[in-house]
Order: sequence, then C-alpha cells, then structure tokens
Amino acid sequence: MTLEAGMSEDWPLYEVFIRSRSGLEHKHVGSVHAADARMAIEHARDVYTRRQEGVSLWVVRSADIIASDPEEADALFEPARDKVYRHPTFYAIPEEVKNL
Amino acid sequence: MYTQALDSHGKEPVPAASGESAAQAQRFQARVDAEDKIEPKDWMPDAYRQTLIRQISQHAHSEIVGMLPEGNWITRAPSLRRKAVLIAKVQDEGGHGMYLYSAAETLGISRAQMLEQLLSGAAKYSSIFNYPTLTWADVGAIGWLVDGAAIMNQIPICRCSYGPYARAMVRICKEESFHQRQGFEIMLTLAQGSDAQRAMAQDALNRWWWPSIMMFGPSDADSKHTAQSMRWKIKRFSNDELRQKFIDITVPQAQFLGLAIPDRELRWDPGTQHYLIGAIDWNEFHAVLAGHGPCNRERLEARRAADEAGRWVREAAAAHARKQHGRTPQAA
Repeated sequence: MTLEAGMSEDWPLYEVFIRSRSGLEHKHVGSVHAADARMAIEHARDVYTRRQEGVSLWVVRSADIIASDPEEADALFEPARDKVYRHPTFYAIPEEVKNL
Repeated sequence: MYTQALDSHGKEPVPAASGESAAQAQRFQARVDAEDKIEPKDWMPDAYRQTLIRQISQHAHSEIVGMLPEGNWITRAPSLRRKAVLIAKVQDEGGHGMYLYSAAETLGISRAQMLEQLLSGAAKYSSIFNYPTLTWADVGAIGWLVDGAAIMNQIPICRCSYGPYARAMVRICKEESFHQRQGFEIMLTLAQGSDAQRAMAQDALNRWWWPSIMMFGPSDADSKHTAQSMRWKIKRFSNDELRQKFIDITVPQAQFLGLAIPDRELRWDPGTQHYLIGAIDWNEFHAVLAGHGPCNRERLEARRAADEAGRWVREAAAAHARKQHGRTPQAA
C-alpha cells in the first residue's frame, strides 16, 4: 500500500472505493496508479466497474491514508473484549416478559 | 485468468531470514493454521513475502501477456457479436493483471520493478501464451480449455492466507466464468457447423489440449514448493490433484462436442472413477518455459513495443499533472 524510494517511475498510487448502489457506503476495492486525481477516477472506472459494480467512486492518494499499526491492535481493540455487557444478550430476562 | 503452478519450480524457499525470531514465525503459522488472513502491514516471514511476490507478479504478467494471443483475433472475429465479446474478454484480462499488480504492490515491490522484470525477460509467465493462435477456433479453445484450467487453479486461491491476493482472486474468478463459457460456445458452434469448421475445432483441440494439461505445472513428485506453500495456505491442492479434476470435467465436454481428445491412451478407470491420460511431454513444458516455445520472443517484443510506443503518453500525462498541480496547489 505504501510506495517508498526507488519507485520513482510509477505514477502515484490511489486507493479506490466504490458505492455499489445508493443507500450503501463506499467500500475499498483496490488501487490504481494515475498521474492525477482525474485520471485515477478514469482508471478506477475501467479497472473496477466493468460490470456495473458501482454508482459512485472515491479515489484517495494511498500516501494520505493513515492506518493503525497491527502491533498496536491489542492496545486499541482488546479493551472492548471483556465488556460483554455492551451487548443485549448479556442480560437475562424472564421468558414471560415480552417486547424487550 | 491464468495462473500456472509456476511457483512449483525454481529456487527452494529460503529458511527463516536472520532477525526473524522463532516466536514470531510460530505466531504467524498459528494465525495461518487458524485460517486468519494475513494483511499487508502484518508481520510475515520474509520467505512468505518473497514467495507471494513471485507468484502474484508471475500471475499478473500472465494476464497481461495473455491478452496477446487472443488480441490477435479481434480484428478478424467472424461477427460483430464475437468481436464485442472478445474485446470484453481481452479487456478483462488487462483488468485482472491490474488487480494482481495492485495485490503484489502491497508486499513492497513497485509496479515499475515488476514491469521491468517482465520486459527484461527475468520474470516468468504462464507457458501457455507462448503458443500461437492460428485459427478462429483457437480463440474458442483458449476460452474453453485455458480459462477452464485457470479457473481450476484459481478457485482455491480465493481462500489464500494473504488477504489482498485472495480478494483479487475472488474478483477474477467471478469474471472468469464468462470467459470459459464464451469459449465453449465458439467450439460448440464450430462443432455443429460444416466439415471444415468441425475440422478447425478438432485441430484447435489437438494443439491446445496438452499445453492446457501442462498449465497445472510439474507433477507432484517434481514439485519443490508445494509442501511449504500448503503449510502457508497459499496453495490448497497439489498440481496433480487439480490436473486430474480438470481432466475429469473436460473429457465429457469434449465428448459432447463430438471432438476427440488427442491422447490414444486416454481411458476411463472404473476403479478410481477417473480418466487416466497418457504420458505428459515434460521436455516440451520445460523448453517453452525456458524460452524456446513458438512465440516467446514475439510476446516479449510485443510488450516492449507497447511500452515504448506508450512512453510519450505517459510523459504527456505526467507533464499535464504537473501543470495542473502548479495552477491549483490544493489539487493533488
């Protein structure tokens, strides 16, 4: 996903997101190289929507995406693991009580 | 479309690189064993990374070179319908190459490096594309047999342990089915046509059958990387298992077409419930892979010419982007 030194010949990399139909969110599908944003949209259209996969495209310079570090995954996501009381199934409600 | 078990020959996988701890490697293998997917920023053994870079980039090159034999017939397709279909198919192959190059780039190799490896002749691609497309029936045979073999190879890769490769494969497999069916339809039309058309279909099957069988790569006994790739869940079935599956489904299709498989030793074995084939000419396979196939030189020359002829377009696009960027500083 990241482009580093020694890759100067490549056009910048853009990540591509597609909204498959109105009402749904844009979803990441892959990436394209392009000289500019306009060309990135055109390439994304040719590469990722040949079969009506989308009604809207986003392209974002890959270098502009800030991602969490997998090494920090535990620190970030582990605290939610023991908070099962955040789910409705944690609470025991008698059978005869309805509409809860 | 066209991965070949290219990874099963070449260098032995290197043992753990220095600096990789046994604990890291163990944790990695445990994740793979648990069918967890590995993503680009996750820690992975260097040999895993190198194996994937080689396999995915060879796969991408195969898609791109694979556009050439079929592209050869776009201007001579027998009807407007066939022409539209063939253009769409060849465009799909280009798209598949793009998905795969993108997936390989997540492992730290650049597009430019991969292209350089292809154009210099250093990189391998599927040997099947070094055979010529002499008649229109070859377009049918490629779709039916070559795409058919590719699907067989590729479906298990949809469950590959490396996320970006698996996702690219899901997309590719969805598109591949149309390729195989349009090829079979061409064969069916010819098989039901005049004597000359039937002969043309048979001739195409004669020439494409064995190269398609070889697409599954060397037999298991000669396959160096299979065990490690299986442990890493890059590969799910051995070359011979996939080859046998392909033979078992394809022979009845040939019978339906009324065409003869060019193998006198081919027979149904009731004991194993499989079709058994005669000996594969591995000398031919290795010769084509080593660059001595009928079209190796022509294919690379075509890629180099395309790269050269497109240079001014790339330069113009880059110049335009720079100019636009200068005008509106906020536009990237």
